Amino acid sequence: MTPTRKKRLMAIVLILLGVGIATVLFLTAFKENILFYKSPSEVLAGDYPKARNFRIGGMVKKGSIIKSTNSLDVEFYVTDYAKDVKVNYSGLLPDLFRDNQGMIAIGQLDNNGVFQAEEILAKHDENYMPPEVAASLKEKPSNYETTDNSNNLDKEDK
Amino acid sequence: MLAEIGQFTLAFGMLLASLLAALPLYGYFSNNEKFMHTARPLAYLQLIFLLVSFLILVALFISQDFSVAYVWRNSNLALPLRYRISATWGAHEGSMLLWLVIQTIWTAAVAFYSKSLSRSQVARVLSVLGIISLGFTAFVFFTSNPFLRSIPAPFDGNDLNPLLQDVGLIIHPPILYMGYVGMSVPFAISIAALLGGKIDETWIRWSRPWTNAAWGFLTFGIVLGSWWAYYELGWGGWWFWDPVENASFLPWLAGTALIHVQAVSEKRNAFRGWTVLLAILGFSLSVLGTFLVRSGVLTSVHAFASDPKRGVFVLTLLAIYAGGALFLYALRANKLKSQGGFQLSSRETLLLANSIIFSVACFMVLLGTLFPLFFEAFGKKISVGPPYFGSMFFMMMMPMAVLLPLGMYYRWQKDELTRVLKQLLPSLVITLVLAVVVWFFFKPLNLKASLGVFGGAWVFVTAMFYLKDYKGKLTRAVWGMQIAHIGVAIYLFGVSMTEHTDFEIDSLMNPGEVKMVQGYAIEFKGVEVKQIENYRASQGHFVVSKNGKIVAEMNPQKRYYPKRGNPMTEAAIDPGFSRDLYISLGEQINDQGGWAVRIYIKPFIRWMWGGGILMMLGGFWAASDRRYFRHAKLLKQKNIDKYLKA
Repeated sequence: MTPTRKKRLMAIVLILLGVGIATVLFLTAFKENILFYKSPSEVLAGDYPKARNFRIGGMVKKGSIIKSTNSLDVEFYVTDYAKDVKVNYSGLLPDLFRDNQGMIAIGQLDNNGVFQAEEILAKHDENYMPPEVAASLKEKPSNYETTDNSNNLDKEDK
Repeated sequence: MLAEIGQFTLAFGMLLASLLAALPLYGYFSNNEKFMHTARPLAYLQLIFLLVSFLILVALFISQDFSVAYVWRNSNLALPLRYRISATWGAHEGSMLLWLVIQTIWTAAVAFYSKSLSRSQVARVLSVLGIISLGFTAFVFFTSNPFLRSIPAPFDGNDLNPLLQDVGLIIHPPILYMGYVGMSVPFAISIAALLGGKIDETWIRWSRPWTNAAWGFLTFGIVLGSWWAYYELGWGGWWFWDPVENASFLPWLAGTALIHVQAVSEKRNAFRGWTVLLAILGFSLSVLGTFLVRSGVLTSVHAFASDPKRGVFVLTLLAIYAGGALFLYALRANKLKSQGGFQLSSRETLLLANSIIFSVACFMVLLGTLFPLFFEAFGKKISVGPPYFGSMFFMMMMPMAVLLPLGMYYRWQKDELTRVLKQLLPSLVITLVLAVVVWFFFKPLNLKASLGVFGGAWVFVTAMFYLKDYKGKLTRAVWGMQIAHIGVAIYLFGVSMTEHTDFEIDSLMNPGEVKMVQGYAIEFKGVEVKQIENYRASQGHFVVSKNGKIVAEMNPQKRYYPKRGNPMTEAAIDPGFSRDLYISLGEQINDQGGWAVRIYIKPFIRWMWGGGILMMLGGFWAASDRRYFRHAKLLKQKNIDKYLKA
């Protein structure tokens, strides 16, 4: 082999090695940090990752928020208008967290079917609905009671 | 009436953009001097008309003309003047108009500072910039027109999103856009060169200050965004790997690679094709970022109510610009032969390694950002957690920090590794001493933090030695490079300390209660309600003391903006050289006046932004190097000589 070819071969081997290592690192980091999104209906049907974190999303069921008065514990139900899942959380809640507000929580489902949330996600804008939540909501029953605290901006924006 | 004039100037701006896109280019291809000469005047006129459009929108906000739907949606009678002005770019339509104005500012700047280029070069560059502004003017005019009326005019407006009623919003978007849009200049220069079929070192030299300046703005814009998120969102985080943040970070990574490759391309006549490709990539990623932000296809804390029509429009623009550029590149790539030969052991190789590290990092971030979209195509909804980005980025940046000093010390073309290592030995010793001292001072530091501190010290020490031992005149280009590299070092130190030694606690505090946090005694005095400007605030009062001495009194707020009816957290921050104290209020928990309180201690977080600001300064300082301008004068003289002879 001529020196030039040898050098080229070296370079190719090094590049392949680098790409190989990068791919392995990438796949490991990726597998560990991927978070699935599930709606309450899917969770109650048993379709959720066991013993690892995932995201649950939907609306905060009206009147379901119970806050403790001597700790930061809070519990509420998240609903997609068809099924509800109970959520437990301890910590500061986002500013826009309230009844009938879209939300996403990250955490795991415990053995009693309660979602133990580590994090509840906030939004910058009250008109904004996370696309997953919007897509996973079932048809709102006509008798579903909401206080209309949403304004009519959505329509105006179109 | 004013809104109609704004509408008109916008439409006229679109006409001017289409003329700029067509005439000089036509002149170039038909070799018609007259048409080529239209480039500069058109660029200036375009700026004037769009600027008028923008100022009219500002005036509509100041005069509270609620018959304009955009004003009505984003302002109200109680909004203070400074936020009425910044509300102009507080939502989609106005911020796109600002984008457009900035595009025309860059275009006019190119027209003004291009005296050293030939007529045909100017014609081509400005025409390409005209094509870009044409696309975005059409975008604003047809899908995001801020001048549309809503009749009858409502009595009062709807208010600006309270999160945006802040000094951060006044400056962050314009600066960030300067960077985003500035990436279109190296793009246009590359495309113009491809059109001409020739790219020489004059071209590259001429495009370097533009790249540096755009990159400097982008750096500063990202720093401002991070700082704003830190104090305004009340979560104490400074970077969330959110799709919209990534959108601004992607062109930055590509731009960083571009800056380093340009050095090789200019001085050694190598990697010409790669330079052009990175310039195309940088701007394409800017447009992709716009698409991600504006279309709302990805879940993001930044995404505002969006309209799919806009997404499709931007995606089409992206396809045209990136697709067209790559097509042209494929046609002309064989003409971009690089001649400079070099050995594997040389500065060229190390700068190539730099650009590869940054492009791979860019690709990784892009992959993590777009992956949810691929999954969605298969009916699965996922998101990629911040730890993915964090660990990927760490793995990319460590080799960067280790190799950076080698790149500065290696000679062009051919060098011996042993020579470079010998030269770097004293730096290595000092670095190790520094890192060990830091480690003992702040122990225990985990592996990642220790490596980060080592990397920062390594870059810092070698940069200092480089300046001390530099033979020859220390030009602005050299200073700029080292200022930016010292910025990298300080950033690395700050980020390692902040990320790995910070402290956070959420707790219920009753009035009079004292929390001991890392040697600080934090006493909660209670909450009082205040009426300030256009909001009502529940203001907490905390007294922080250390060893019996009062360090700070802090007043975090929970604000209520009556118009939109949503609360907002305003954190109290006691900034410091070696740490920030950060307190924010959750909500009232019980009738005894107990509140949910979040307390953070963030070590060295200012260093991180300080490092970013140094990088920006380095970019600007290098861009102002006389080399770039002296050459311009020489060339001009040459041209004059040529004319005199002819």
